[in-house]
Amino acid sequence: MTLQDLLDRILGRQPASATTARERLQLVLAHDRSDLSPEQLDQMRREIFEVVAKYVDVDLEEGDVTLETEDRVTALVANLPIRRSMASSKPGG
Amino acid sequence: MTISRTILICSGKGGVGKTTLTANLGIALSRQGARTVVLDADFGLRNLDLLLGLENRIVYTAQEVLAETCRLDQALVKHKQEPNLALLPAGNPRMLEWLKPEDMQAIVGMLSERFDYVLIDCPAGIEDGFKNAAAAAKEAIVITTPEVSAVRDADRVIGLLNTRGVTPVQLVLNRVRPRMMANQEMLAVDDVTDILALPLLGLVLEDEQVIVSTNRGEPLTLNGSASPAARAYTNIARRLQGEDVPLMDPAREGRTGLRAKVRRMMQTKIF
Repeated sequence: MTLQDLLDRILGRQPASATTARERLQLVLAHDRSDLSPEQLDQMRREIFEVVAKYVDVDLEEGDVTLETEDRVTALVANLPIRRSMASSKPGG
Repeated sequence: MTISRTILICSGKGGVGKTTLTANLGIALSRQGARTVVLDADFGLRNLDLLLGLENRIVYTAQEVLAETCRLDQALVKHKQEPNLALLPAGNPRMLEWLKPEDMQAIVGMLSERFDYVLIDCPAGIEDGFKNAAAAAKEAIVITTPEVSAVRDADRVIGLLNTRGVTPVQLVLNRVRPRMMANQEMLAVDDVTDILALPLLGLVLEDEQVIVSTNRGEPLTLNGSASPAARAYTNIARRLQGEDVPLMDPAREGRTGLRAKVRRMMQTKIF
């Protein structure tokens, strides 16, 4: 965060448009590069949640699956906070 | 014998300055003593002839050369003031469907025997026109402007060049407005180079003289103009030739005086 960002936040001003441009670009390029539409990403996100939820109790409210991109390398980043292991309660497990 | 370099000049998005860069770079390289040919691969909407002031001198195109109805040197249009520079249109606007990637490779093969630099002015888009133009390219210059649409399209083109094994791919950032960058109302140079992950070959400031020069059909680099864009194009040519020319710093150009100092302070990272 820069002094300018802090001042903008205090005064409730919009951030400079270059910042907005950079953030929007990074998002759209992550999608372009992975060739996934937002709908497909949503579908994948739901399926990942379902699979993980079979093994551990994840906090779906806090969890997120996003595409991040740096130096032309795009990564799928899943951040899924675990409430507790379900191993003990798994039937027959 | 020197090795000929075939460089594709492309952008994805139209109207960001491909043809202007090709014309100015062609002139600048010739003035620096390199035998240079500029090949207009955008034959549907060709404009390179117009920017070079050669629109009335085109008789044949690469099409006739490949069909063997004329010799290569008959089709090459020599620039009057810069004898090192020649123009070759790829085809005739009336015949849109003749050119295939193999044709492009054949014509570039012939050109590279005679010239040190073959600069290919690529059409906008990423469809057949791009694929044909890129077929013979060994290296590429991607030109873009600091705008979201241009950067996005450049990214698509870079992806395609990477899968084709074109290397090196270098970046030219065009229409830079230092004042807007200083005010954080335009993507910074680092933003664009970080996002596209390409080495920066040059920065060209927004410059009204570019329009004046296209009106006349005399590229800025032709008459040793001292305008910012002319210097930028000449420096790009020198860097291509391997010379170490430092890049201009738009932040410095945009920031002078007390207000600038305050603005710079406001951009210091605090946490």
